[in-house]
Amino acid sequence: MRTLLDMYERMAVIRRTEKAAFDLFMAGLVKGTTHLASGHEAVAVGTAAALRPDDYVFATYRGHHHAMAMGASAEECLAELMSKATGVCRAKGGSMHLTKAANGMLGSYAIVGAHLPMAAGAAWSAKLRGTDQVAVAFFGDGATNIGAFHEALNLAAVWKLPVLFICENNFYMEYTPIGAVTAVPHPAADRAPAYSIPAVVIDGNDVTVVRDAVAQAVERARAGEGPTVIEAETYRHHGHSRTDPGAYRPKEEVERWLKHDPLDIARAHLEAQGITPDDVRRVDERAAAHVAAAVDAAKNAPDADPAEAFTDVWADGSATWRS
Amino acid sequence: MAELITYREAVAEGIAREMRRDPDVVCLGEDIGAAGGVFKTTVGLFDEFGAGRVWDTPISEQAIVGAAMGAAMTGMRPVAEIMFSDFLACCWDYLANEIPKVRYMTGGQVTVPLVVRTANGGGLGFGAQHSQSVENWALTVPGLKIVAPSTPADVVGLMASAIRSDDPVVFFEHKGLFASKGAPAPPDHVIPLGKAAVRRSGADVTVVALAATVPLALTAAEELARDGIDVEVIDLRCLIPLDMSTVLESVAKTSRLVVVEENPYQGGWGGTVVSVVAEEGFESLDAPIKRVAAANVPLPFADALEEKVIPTVDKLVAAVRTTVAY
Ligand SMILES: Cc1ncc(C[n+]2csc(CCOP(=O)(O)OP(=O)(O)O)c2C)c(N)n1
Ligand SMILES: [Mg+2]
Repeated sequence: MRTLLDMYERMAVIRRTEKAAFDLFMAGLVKGTTHLASGHEAVAVGTAAALRPDDYVFATYRGHHHAMAMGASAEECLAELMSKATGVCRAKGGSMHLTKAANGMLGSYAIVGAHLPMAAGAAWSAKLRGTDQVAVAFFGDGATNIGAFHEALNLAAVWKLPVLFICENNFYMEYTPIGAVTAVPHPAADRAPAYSIPAVVIDGNDVTVVRDAVAQAVERARAGEGPTVIEAETYRHHGHSRTDPGAYRPKEEVERWLKHDPLDIARAHLEAQGITPDDVRRVDERAAAHVAAAVDAAKNAPDADPAEAFTDVWADGSATWRS
Repeated sequence: MAELITYREAVAEGIAREMRRDPDVVCLGEDIGAAGGVFKTTVGLFDEFGAGRVWDTPISEQAIVGAAMGAAMTGMRPVAEIMFSDFLACCWDYLANEIPKVRYMTGGQVTVPLVVRTANGGGLGFGAQHSQSVENWALTVPGLKIVAPSTPADVVGLMASAIRSDDPVVFFEHKGLFASKGAPAPPDHVIPLGKAAVRRSGADVTVVALAATVPLALTAAEELARDGIDVEVIDLRCLIPLDMSTVLESVAKTSRLVVVEENPYQGGWGGTVVSVVAEEGFESLDAPIKRVAAANVPLPFADALEEKVIPTVDKLVAAVRTTVAY
């Protein structure tokens, strides 16, 4: 993703994949739950654009956009959601655990905050191995109130680890506004000073702003200057999960944020760069065709093999626990 | 015979041997560096390997084990110390939800080659929050390998396998055994995970033990031998993989089974062992199975009370006599 147009296309694919995931869920083809990331695309894509292929990313159950920003295909993600053998985790993970380890996307974790220490650990590992890789943890505003967040920030600071803590502040945990349960106005950024970690609050819906802020933090990390907290303000276009209509959010607030759409903002930037609306439309059409083909392919893929239930507990591929 | 070494020295020795052969092995934990650990089980590591490989951490059990996990997923072989096994509760998410599941739920995309070492068990009067035997906690979670050695040489041999394992291992070091002595491990000593040891062979009754209940069982066996009761003592060494072949073979020979475990009777590992024997070895049995386990109460402080709760030689001797008399 070298250009703004590349980033735009990745976001457009994610947006349409999320829409497809929602439709497939409503059609009963996706079981369990989904936590859609429509509205959050710029945080993931802007970050991915500032990383190197050998860097590490850890994400949450709201992680479709992270997996796809890091190069998981729409098809393998949708196949995972639909319990298909071709799913990115061979249908053993599901929506909440999309992972693309080959691309450094080391998992989506559904225990709030648990992956922040892991990202610190991956950064520690880079330091131990003498590489200049960095690790990124994406997490929600809600995750800033769990102990693992604080333990991870402190450890990353005292060990000067090359890790970025990127909070997707969408202003709600599940249904409760974050402000109602948090002692500071900026749930991530206001905590960072307690650990001597520099922090910025940015517009998480502007992919160029995200990319630039992340690039700066990455540079610091690679130079051995330690962690950074980035609080990217954003908003989810859907409810928290499944069919939650998000009725707890004031209408004016929703409208304001829908007008501050990451795709619209990127389009405005593209226009300013002299990219014509026709060029953008072609990209939109390509994204739509790509996702439509991914939906078809995922639908037609073979179902997960039940025998898979007994593979890959252990590194040798087995599930043997006794003689 | 070479000089004896303590179980505590064997822990440091086992780790040091692996750190010498594999530069990816690193240690982290509270006070494990220059201080050598609160149980002195990491003495010498900091001097030999330096701060770059032996890392003192804050009192942050989640960060310790979570960081070990992240490092293990990205090419290192971390050995994390949780000072007292009771404190595993503070990072239980990692042992219950993260470490044992990430390989499976990613469809085999990642491995987690780490060891979580921890001082386990009672008998030292540390009270309810520093004395528990919690190996059964780990046993409730598919996806963790579980080691609990009983001798210094086994500590070294099993530590080698645990650190070389590409799977996550919880390594329970028994506090009551730290001062115990035994033969040192020969060079390159590696004991495969999931291989029990028959510590004493006998014809009349099988006693299955683990960690500190192994010496307890051997003492009981000597006492019973004086009355002509010939006890076979099996040291499981590991709970996962669980060497049921050795247990079932022994029960086929003796027809009687007593399990002696330090974790509580409720949910204790003996329940898993005896359920396999009940399903697959029922026809070998000539007497009901007995379990000598900790009582279902928190561990009390005073010796006189603690003895009431945890297994003792007398309790095991009584259980074996009942079984044999049946
Ligand atoms: C430890 C833990 N507690 C509670 C939950 C249930 N839960 C799932 S998502 C969520 C809200 C998290 O909010 P936030 O971190 O802001 O992320 P968002 O969903 O807004 O992206 C909660 C409470 C959980 N998964 N893990
Ligand atoms: Mg939120």
